[in-house]
Amino acid sequence: MSQRDLTPVHEVRPTTERKIPERFIPVPTLEPGHTFASVTDHISTIVLRKKTPVGWLIGFGISCMLVGILTITIAKLIFVGVGIWGINHPVGWGFDIINFVWWIGIGHAGTLISAILLLLRQEWRTSINRFAEAMTLFAVAAAGLYPALHTGRPWYDYWLFPYPNTMSLWPQFRSPLMWDVFAVSTYATVSALFWYVGLIPDLATLRDRSTNHIAKMIYGMGALGWRGSAKHWHRYEHAYLLLAGLSTPLVLSVHTIVSFDFAVGVIPGWHSTFFPPYFVAGAVFAGFAMVLTLAIPARKFFKLEDFITMRHLENMGKVMMATGLIVFYAYVIEAFFAYYSGNVYERYMYLNRMFGPYAHMYWALIVCNGLAPNLMWVKRFRTSPAMLMVVAMFANVGMWLERFVIIPTSLHRDFLPSSWGMYHSTIWDWGMYLGSIGLFFFLLLLFLRFLPMISIFEMRTLLPEAQAAHGEEH
Amino acid sequence: MAVGKVIEGTYGVIAEFGDPQELLDAANAAREKGYTQLDAYSPFPIHGLSEAIGFHHTRLSAIVLGGGIVGGLAGFFMCWYANVVWYPLNIGGKPYNSWPAWIPITFECTILFAAFATVLGMLALNGLPMPYHPVFNVPRFDQASRDKFFLVIQARDPKFDIDDVWTFLESLGPREVTDVPW
Repeated sequence: MSQRDLTPVHEVRPTTERKIPERFIPVPTLEPGHTFASVTDHISTIVLRKKTPVGWLIGFGISCMLVGILTITIAKLIFVGVGIWGINHPVGWGFDIINFVWWIGIGHAGTLISAILLLLRQEWRTSINRFAEAMTLFAVAAAGLYPALHTGRPWYDYWLFPYPNTMSLWPQFRSPLMWDVFAVSTYATVSALFWYVGLIPDLATLRDRSTNHIAKMIYGMGALGWRGSAKHWHRYEHAYLLLAGLSTPLVLSVHTIVSFDFAVGVIPGWHSTFFPPYFVAGAVFAGFAMVLTLAIPARKFFKLEDFITMRHLENMGKVMMATGLIVFYAYVIEAFFAYYSGNVYERYMYLNRMFGPYAHMYWALIVCNGLAPNLMWVKRFRTSPAMLMVVAMFANVGMWLERFVIIPTSLHRDFLPSSWGMYHSTIWDWGMYLGSIGLFFFLLLLFLRFLPMISIFEMRTLLPEAQAAHGEEH
Repeated sequence: MAVGKVIEGTYGVIAEFGDPQELLDAANAAREKGYTQLDAYSPFPIHGLSEAIGFHHTRLSAIVLGGGIVGGLAGFFMCWYANVVWYPLNIGGKPYNSWPAWIPITFECTILFAAFATVLGMLALNGLPMPYHPVFNVPRFDQASRDKFFLVIQARDPKFDIDDVWTFLESLGPREVTDVPW
């Protein structure tokens, strides 16, 4: 019998080699020519070099100023109260909740990239996951400010947590706002754990590569004595995978619970069962837009084009478009539901969104989230950092507008015309908003200076030498 | 670089390799030769390396499952105890034991406890934090977190004989063989 007869049919390969057109060959996730040493040195030098780049100092100065604005706003808020904001009756939730949801949504892409793409074996996530996880943490920190301060008397915020107390009272566990406390604090904690576990081997690298005694000690403490033992790696990889598996339902639950804050209420425009998937898609959309907004300049500034290649940018552009279209579909469905429900309040709510006093917000939202992402259908735009940046900025603005359209626009005209009102933001609302952006960049710049922004050990596994050793086993 | 009490003697013999495949082959060879107290060090996880040094499974999954179960029960019990036993609160005529409303908190507690069990369990099983370890005495060991690969045969191995081990490791074609002092 010839060799051909022994081969099962499904393993027969075409005998003529067809040349694959160049446009179907993906750009590599790591530019060729790197070694274990060059990957390690390139990324760790960004942290370990003695001279701080001038651009970093300028950025840090600006974010410090914004943090100053935040501090002043919070001080004023604590002295005077939430009356300094534009919230009123009937619009009890204004910028504070808009910005809370905006930031939490941005955070979601970090977990999506680090956990869900890991489980789906998307190797290209490797060079952006550390960065995106840091973004998650800082976005959650910025988000956490808002509900904490919105309570009006933030020094009583510990009442939100269940602890046996002399008042013999417990939080109202049946309330979505309480679910939110648990969801957001669990999310922040688990994200921090995941991030730290990912950092341990890289902290060991920094410990071994640092020449400064104090830096060596600090990185050494963070590394916990990591020595790269095969047994340790075995448990480590196991733990990393389990954490990814735990984070995946967690991240979906967080924005679901955030959407319950609205969906459980009876306000027209909020009381809708499709809020959870709609919010989760919006969160991924906003998050990928923010990762692009941060990664495009960072890659240029730190000369990381070899590690964050066009493949990454293009893939993020694709995810942004897909989730953008889901979000746009949700807007269409929302309008259809309002019409099809036959409920006068629901119908009025949607007409008011489109043609009422905040109509400009609604149409700006449609342009940002409905139309702008469609530019990503064109490959030339997907592979142009400038164009990606433009679309990402549209998405950042659009997702903020979406929350504006959902929150004040729904609240300002509810069931009784006698209780209708308008919402006007004040300078303190903007102070908080700019301040929280400043806090986010303040933390992010510190991270870029003192910790490796790309996971070094995972980058090593992308090299052909490492892949060869893997191939042997499988 | 020795910290704490320095004990006379040797922890083992270490060989340095320049390539993950060489380390994997060396570890397999050492196991086949009958050595059991082996450890290998690499700058990134190498699949099959832990099996090569004779380490197969970890109890981590069980710890995580336990953490998740404890977390879920604790979260649900907290809501139930507060709202049914400690301070029954009638809200809109709903039953005291309105358990569907407690599912989100139960779920979040499950994830929280399981995540802590994962991280603390991994660190505990690995014996970390451990600031001092004899392998750190090897001058070139700081390269283990960059681009070098190491294989140690420990002195507590029943077959350990310093000359034999040395010759054996030399035969695997390493960059260098040195002993690891305590």
